[in-house]
Amino acid sequence: MRIPVETYALPNGLRVVLSQDHATPVVAVNLWYHVGSANERAGRTGFAHLFEHMLFQGSARVGANEHFELVQRAGGTLNGSTWLDRTNYYETMPSHQLELALWLEADRMARLLPAMTQEKLDTQRDVVKNERRWSVDNQPYGTWWERLPALCFPSEHPFHHSLIGSMEDLSEASLDDVAEFFRTYYTPDNAVLTLAGDFDQKAARTMIERHFGAIPRGSGRPPLRDMSVSPTFGAWRREVVPDAVVAARLFLAFRVPPAGEHGWYAASMLGAVLGLGEGSRLPKRLVRELQVASDAGAYTFDLSKGSDLLICDVTARPGVSAERLEAEVVAEVDRLIAEGVTAEERERALALLETSWIAGLQSAGARADKLSQFATYKGDPALVNEEPARHAAVTVEVMDEFARAWLGAENRASLLYVPKADEEAA
Amino acid sequence: MSETAELPPRPAAGVPRAYEFPAVHRFALANGLRVVVAPMPRLPLVTVLALIDAGAASEAPGLEGVASLVTRTLSEGAGALDGAEITARFERLGTAFDASADWDSSVARLTVTRSRFDAAFALFATVLRGATFPAADVARRRDERLADLAQQLAEPRGLADERFAGFLYPRTNRYARSASGTPRSVATLDADAVRAFYADHYGPSTTTLLLVGDITADQARALVETEFGGWEGNARPAAPMRVVSGTDPKRIVIVEKADAPQSELRVGHVGVPRSHADYLAIVVMNAILGGLFSSRINLNLREKHAFTYGASSGFDWRRGAGPFVVSTAVKSEVTARAVEEILREIDGLRAEAPAAAEVALATDYLAGVFPIRYESTSAVAGALAGATMFGLPDDWFARYRDRIRAITPAAVHAAARTHLDPTRLLVLAVGDAGVIEAPLAAALAALGFGAAERHASDDDPAEMPR
Repeated sequence: MRIPVETYALPNGLRVVLSQDHATPVVAVNLWYHVGSANERAGRTGFAHLFEHMLFQGSARVGANEHFELVQRAGGTLNGSTWLDRTNYYETMPSHQLELALWLEADRMARLLPAMTQEKLDTQRDVVKNERRWSVDNQPYGTWWERLPALCFPSEHPFHHSLIGSMEDLSEASLDDVAEFFRTYYTPDNAVLTLAGDFDQKAARTMIERHFGAIPRGSGRPPLRDMSVSPTFGAWRREVVPDAVVAARLFLAFRVPPAGEHGWYAASMLGAVLGLGEGSRLPKRLVRELQVASDAGAYTFDLSKGSDLLICDVTARPGVSAERLEAEVVAEVDRLIAEGVTAEERERALALLETSWIAGLQSAGARADKLSQFATYKGDPALVNEEPARHAAVTVEVMDEFARAWLGAENRASLLYVPKADEEAA
Repeated sequence: MSETAELPPRPAAGVPRAYEFPAVHRFALANGLRVVVAPMPRLPLVTVLALIDAGAASEAPGLEGVASLVTRTLSEGAGALDGAEITARFERLGTAFDASADWDSSVARLTVTRSRFDAAFALFATVLRGATFPAADVARRRDERLADLAQQLAEPRGLADERFAGFLYPRTNRYARSASGTPRSVATLDADAVRAFYADHYGPSTTTLLLVGDITADQARALVETEFGGWEGNARPAAPMRVVSGTDPKRIVIVEKADAPQSELRVGHVGVPRSHADYLAIVVMNAILGGLFSSRINLNLREKHAFTYGASSGFDWRRGAGPFVVSTAVKSEVTARAVEEILREIDGLRAEAPAAAEVALATDYLAGVFPIRYESTSAVAGALAGATMFGLPDDWFARYRDRIRAITPAAVHAAARTHLDPTRLLVLAVGDAGVIEAPLAAALAALGFGAAERHASDDDPAEMPR
């Protein structure tokens, strides 16, 4: 299974990836800007994400919310998302509506600022504050995805601070910030445009040139701040969070090489051995046999700069103490280090990854997003096709060596949620 | 660049390429098992889905949650295999046995690569036909389910959904309790209850097998004959669901969550069964009201007032009359104003027929997005299972897009007048009662609502005297 890939660049620096597949009359348009919360300046946490909201508030020739309306009227789906080091925007369209999506994306890349107003910014600021309340503040365990990076990256590191941002910093964001962020980062030379699905190669190239060709290159984004960290934590980091939850939950993180780099594939495979599927080690031992957990999994965070994290995520049965939960998870990790992985576990992990790899190719939107990802992070979208082979190249010996080097006590971080009721009783 | 007149204008649409939903082959085995095959040969992948005509609506009183527990324990033992071995065998084939129960059916499914499909299908049949339900595993799965329920009720969204149903339907109605049961009902379930439900409801006469993906009708027939030809059983079909539309008129319920920064809001009433002749008009009407991002309720509450991250409405389609509900989470201080705006939008759609352009937005979206929804084998299998469960005609998918496009503004208006009823609304908020109660009662009093009822978060209406 290989995704067809054709790559070129416009003179203004926009990298373009084309991947045809005519099975169904659907085409995905996917745009990655190489900017995320890591690029925010001090005092502006949450700005990259707030800015993503502003990109749906219209541009020179598109009214507020008209982007959504035009795409839906055309029978398409759309959205955007912000991550630590990238922001993506995407539409999946009936294939005869391809050019509309390109026109919409080009108008906001070229001419966003004329449409920006204080009123729109104030509205989206409040929408985002409500998003924070909904996804973080009013959710059991909702703070984990800002607490874990804060625990695992040093305070000056670009991944340390909250992606959704603090209420205070969101309040401070101004139209000047919008203009500066736009001019700095939303430029063709800081973006990848991918088309996947049913389109004509020649016609698509003409459309892309027509709509994106005249957009001027940026004046050069500031270099990324230093993302390097020591290879391991050096000591076991711990944070205990009493919270309004009914059961303890542990995030046990290990610092591992950046996603897509040589050593990372062993981390990914060990994640599958520990926590992909009910038959993997953590669910089998903690949920089925010991019955101390109701849910257990392990996965990589997929950060491609500086370092990544491998995370064991285990929720206790109500009534099981946080200490017991942590002890049992740690015992499983220690056992993995001491006894190693079996050939059968490796085969199992590869089979599960293969199925999900092929299943993931079915949607044009998912193919486009993967291509943009590899083009942005690795400079070569065709590398996406090497993923199965790179996983398959990880031998049992490589996994065992990796576990000994990276999963030990000196490279662990525990974020442990404890029910407030337990805390008060203790 | 400065002269917008020089810029390329907004492009017109090109010529649409034809789209056809995957062709479907249907046949039945001598034992009554029905089979649906939809070849999608693009990628070497096959989804198999078994649809069993028994869901939560088939459960006896006191056994709420047993259908769900059956699905969770199916793969815990079959023939001589135990649950750990079954899981290991599926995972070595790169797949997982995934089963769940809804109101009207139970479903088991897996997706696997073509080269491993025959082996995975054989094991799938072994489990479905020969589940043994070991008592210890049933007890474990029951306790896991109780843990899930505790988590769900601790979470504002889950609690709001659960309590909305509980206060909306009469206590005697199955829909008053979660499809997967309540803490009280689940706690009483055991291996005997699970085995009895399985024996009563699982068998060839109540099951439809759907095979979708890189497989031909002939290949599918041969496999199904081999693995299911000898399946016997006395399963009985589900009894029709009877639902009384029984909400108390204009009721306000506040479920207390002290210091909540947001109120989880649910506003709605009992809707209509999936079999209703107005189904498509209601779908379009709901898309305009709150089904799309560009819908009236979302644009009002999110983009105009910034009360929320998002607001939506929906009819929950079941064989019986599921709920119609508007769902959102708003900053506590604006709870009453948000409810007023929701009621305003409901009234507005009833007062006047929507413009043709607004209806076209909904119908063009619903028709256009159809091929995007069905790119994957699992999505096509799920859609065909839904059509089977509701007894839709074989040409349902072939005709769907034309029928959606034929819905007129007058039909939407009629659907709003008939199927939205402001005199029957239940307004439920999970939130900080101290902040929201007085403004909510004051705002709604003018609209004829009574005083707000306050309930603790663990007051389960299905268990309370009325």
